[in-house]
Amino acid sequence: MIAEFPPGLLMIVGAIFVPFVRGHLRSAYMLALPLLGIWQLVLLDPGTFGAMSVFGFELTHVRVDKLSLIFGYIFYIAAAIGIIFAWHIKDLAEQASALVYVGAAVGATFAGDLITLFVYWELAALSSVFLIWAGRTERAYSAGMRYLMIQILSGVLLAAGAVLLASETGSVAFNNIGIDSLGGILILVAFGIKCAFPLLHNWLQDAYPEASPTGTVFLSAFTTKLAVYALARGYAGTEILIWIGVAMTAFPIFFAVIENDLRRVLAYSLNNQLGFMVAGIGIGTTLAINGAVSHAFAHILYKALLFMSMGAVLHRVGTAKGSELGGLYKTMPWTTGFCIIGSASISAFPLFSGFVTKSMILTSAAEEGYLIPFLILLFASAGVFHHSGIKIPFFAFFAHDSGKRPKEAPFNMLLAMGLASFFCIGIGVYPQPLYALLPFPVDYVPYTTTHVMTILQLLMFSALAFGVLQRTGLYPPELRSTILDFDFSYRWLAPKIINWFMDAGARAWASLKTDLLEMLAQFIAAVFRYTGPKGIFAKSQSTGSSAAVIVTLLLIFLVALLA
Amino acid sequence: MSEIQDNQTANEESPAKRYWLDDIRNVHKLFWALVAVCALLFVSDAFYEKHVIFPFEKWFGFFGLFGFFLSFALVLTARELRKLLKRDEDYYDR
Repeated sequence: MIAEFPPGLLMIVGAIFVPFVRGHLRSAYMLALPLLGIWQLVLLDPGTFGAMSVFGFELTHVRVDKLSLIFGYIFYIAAAIGIIFAWHIKDLAEQASALVYVGAAVGATFAGDLITLFVYWELAALSSVFLIWAGRTERAYSAGMRYLMIQILSGVLLAAGAVLLASETGSVAFNNIGIDSLGGILILVAFGIKCAFPLLHNWLQDAYPEASPTGTVFLSAFTTKLAVYALARGYAGTEILIWIGVAMTAFPIFFAVIENDLRRVLAYSLNNQLGFMVAGIGIGTTLAINGAVSHAFAHILYKALLFMSMGAVLHRVGTAKGSELGGLYKTMPWTTGFCIIGSASISAFPLFSGFVTKSMILTSAAEEGYLIPFLILLFASAGVFHHSGIKIPFFAFFAHDSGKRPKEAPFNMLLAMGLASFFCIGIGVYPQPLYALLPFPVDYVPYTTTHVMTILQLLMFSALAFGVLQRTGLYPPELRSTILDFDFSYRWLAPKIINWFMDAGARAWASLKTDLLEMLAQFIAAVFRYTGPKGIFAKSQSTGSSAAVIVTLLLIFLVALLA
Repeated sequence: MSEIQDNQTANEESPAKRYWLDDIRNVHKLFWALVAVCALLFVSDAFYEKHVIFPFEKWFGFFGLFGFFLSFALVLTARELRKLLKRDEDYYDR
């Protein structure tokens, strides 16, 4: 019975009943939904169902295969962890929209055609903005508006691309798309916006750090990884993605080093990690796709863990800015420990999850002979350790003592972080169950002497660089600041340009108006001159002079007759 | 906000308590331990056969040196970048 119900719809329908239960019961009810979802996925057989015909197009509501299943599993796991982390939340809007958001993401991963994908795609955009607004600040409100506009734009491009593709091929099925047609390019841009491609990325760093501490945990898991899924489905082996991916791994780390808001640092490192996945999808070999998908799986867990640890700090201290924090390990030891596990995982330390997933992408790049991408990925691996592995825990929990002595995070938050940590270490130590879920058979062995030693060298020497830079005072201190990124173009430059045009327009209009009024005044004056009281047409002649004129005319007439 | 303030004040621990890391000598110890680990890792390249794909990966200590110098360069570049890109915290809110 449940196996025939569209997987995402389970959460969306479930969200309707959230207002009718209260308190702990509501949280328990919410937790039950993703667990039910996981159970359903276990029961699902590969294949398709929910076919319908709309305007002559064959829609497939649900398509089950290994690629959609693994994303379905991790989305539900992330949802369950997020719900535990947000157990104490009583904000109905945040809770219900989180469920709809999860449902939309899951629904989209099982969508068999582009129309169904579009519907869930936009639903994910609409429902997730409430998590940003749940930050309940003026900044969160404006960031949410910008986020919404950009996300909706992504959906519009997807719809436009789907229409073009359908008119060419007569089918809206969502399979490999490629960039040979305009429709394919439009859809790639649509996915690229959600996946935070370079220059399309800034909504992420803009909006995620403004969401509520719990909202960011949800946000970090779904939108961008849904895009990774969509890219893996539609654009595997598209070579340009390699270059886009490596650009994504490299440039955010520079910003991450100097950014002060630690949740924004995490948003930059999220962007960097997406780059690894995008590069893997671009390489497109079975090893690379397996690498990208498994990295997405591991990434959702450790990124959620890192956002949870910073969320716990924000919850207790009221800020997540590096310049205001430091020394928190003294009173938040558990949170510190969990944060370090997340840091070790994202940095791909041996025995942690990133190690067994990211290396597949690097190996496939080397195997296919992509020298420059390989070197950039290696550089980015060292860089991610620098900003996510060291900077986040260092400035939040160690560094100089800020004197703040917040309480340890509440139990539900610790439990959620503990679960995520369990998965991070579990995958790192025993990757076989994850490998078994991957779309292609795996014959990759992560734990070889060479791999362990080279990665340890890379990471420990990066740590050494950090140590030397700290001791010599060369490391840029955390400062209260805004760091300009590409959003400068639409938050500062575009308004300025528009204002300039408005000003210029206003000035032009003002002078035009003056001229027109001048002309009008002259016209009125002229009319007045001729028809006014003293105008020639309005002159009142005396009767006598009229008679004289008539006499003169008659006289002329008479003379003319006589002549 | 009240919840946050409660959180800050509700801690029973005395702020004067000394932790192991509060002693700067222990921080130095940690740093030198890291140096020692790095030295060991560097030397260890002599004791196993590297199975790699690109020839340069076989260079002695390649990964260590790559990690050190590129991280160094990353931070120094980012430092310079900050001079260009840093604005006041309320830059966009004004």
